[in-house]
Amino acid sequence: MSVVLVDYGAGNLRSLSAALARAGVAPIVSGDAGTVRDCSLAVIAGVGHLASAARGLAPVAGALRERAAAGRPTLGICVGMQLLFEESEEGGAGLGFLRGPVRRLRAARVPHMGWNTLTLRRPTVLLDGLDGADVYFAHSYGVEPADDVTVAVTEHDGAVVAAVEHGATAGVQFHPERSGDAGARVLENALAWSGAWSRSG
Amino acid sequence: MVKKRLIPCLDVAGGRVVKGVRFRSLRDVGDPVELAQRYSELGADELVFLDITATLEGRGPLRELVERAAEQLVVPFTVGGGVSGREDARALLRAGADKVAVNRAAVDEPRLLTELSDEFGSQAVVCAIDARAGEVVTHAGANPRGRAAVAWACEAVERGAGELLVTSIDADGTRAGYDLELTAATAAATTVPVIASGGAGEARHLAAAFAAGAEAALVASIVHERPERLSELKAELREAGWPLRS
Repeated sequence: MSVVLVDYGAGNLRSLSAALARAGVAPIVSGDAGTVRDCSLAVIAGVGHLASAARGLAPVAGALRERAAAGRPTLGICVGMQLLFEESEEGGAGLGFLRGPVRRLRAARVPHMGWNTLTLRRPTVLLDGLDGADVYFAHSYGVEPADDVTVAVTEHDGAVVAAVEHGATAGVQFHPERSGDAGARVLENALAWSGAWSRSG
Repeated sequence: MVKKRLIPCLDVAGGRVVKGVRFRSLRDVGDPVELAQRYSELGADELVFLDITATLEGRGPLRELVERAAEQLVVPFTVGGGVSGREDARALLRAGADKVAVNRAAVDEPRLLTELSDEFGSQAVVCAIDARAGEVVTHAGANPRGRAAVAWACEAVERGAGELLVTSIDADGTRAGYDLELTAATAAATTVPVIASGGAGEARHLAAAFAAGAEAALVASIVHERPERLSELKAELREAGWPLRS
């Protein structure tokens, strides 16, 4: 299995790269369109603003669309998950693989910062064994899916979407690379999920 | 519900831990990443590395430390202490710090907070505020800045800070409890998480800070003296009904 951690100049990928290696596959950190298109799993990370992340991601957006069309799995993490969606309230738009906007969180304290509990909406390989687990969040915006793609939520003055999955496209709002043993399990699951797609494809 | 956080703070200089930490089980007790990992195993929800040299000359070792911490730690970490300006903060975030804590540089040039949050997101920008009798002080308390700490906290949030690390210089080192008035006033006046700092001695002090509105509590000397104290504090707080991570 090959994993590409998409390098589009948005933030530091050192933590996630090391965490993926611990989960079993050292990723290729690359912004090359061919690599992004062809690896068995693509991981899109990112922090900060969706608009600037979307601009950075533009050169590989075509490659990401091609891999999605071919049924190859893509996992978005934090802003990387938001990039799978459509327009953002802070400006800019994501890839539109999943329908729905990205909006500022409506909570007394924003950013939503710290460890919070996952509640699974339906069983999924990605979050197997993680119902009730605490994972680390650090974000001010959240996705509001138009379709039934939410697989886990957490509670921060109302439900916050914590993970989405639709076909070969998945995302987590929290940071698995900063979520201790639970986060390591998510990345191991992600590799298993990706492997299952590769075999079925 | 987001859990309350306990955050050990390690003082570093030249890439090494410089005071007070006593881990008998480790051979190399001066390595910040090893110490941080031990705290992580004992239940630390996050970590802070505070560079007390506060000079740019010493930043090479600090960057190496940040790179190693980014690779090896499985909980988030903040780097602070003497962050002199935007290039310094950028270098630390690019090296892999989850957050950077800016203190004097933000007081001197508040626009820095906006620039950093525009580039890295406000979740990566901690405004560290030192206060004495409610007034902002810098340079380890030596320079009063003629400004109310709560007013500065509000401005810092407006400018882009995503978290406030509020240290009472009066309470720091006393182990008599956090400055609850300062903690409560800052939490009430702002809409970002507040980390209480300075004065932790017992679990009830942390509980009082949480009750005053803090989302997190910094601990230093009490856990450095005996690191296992960290897991005891968590157990005592859990017993008292505070939501902590499982």
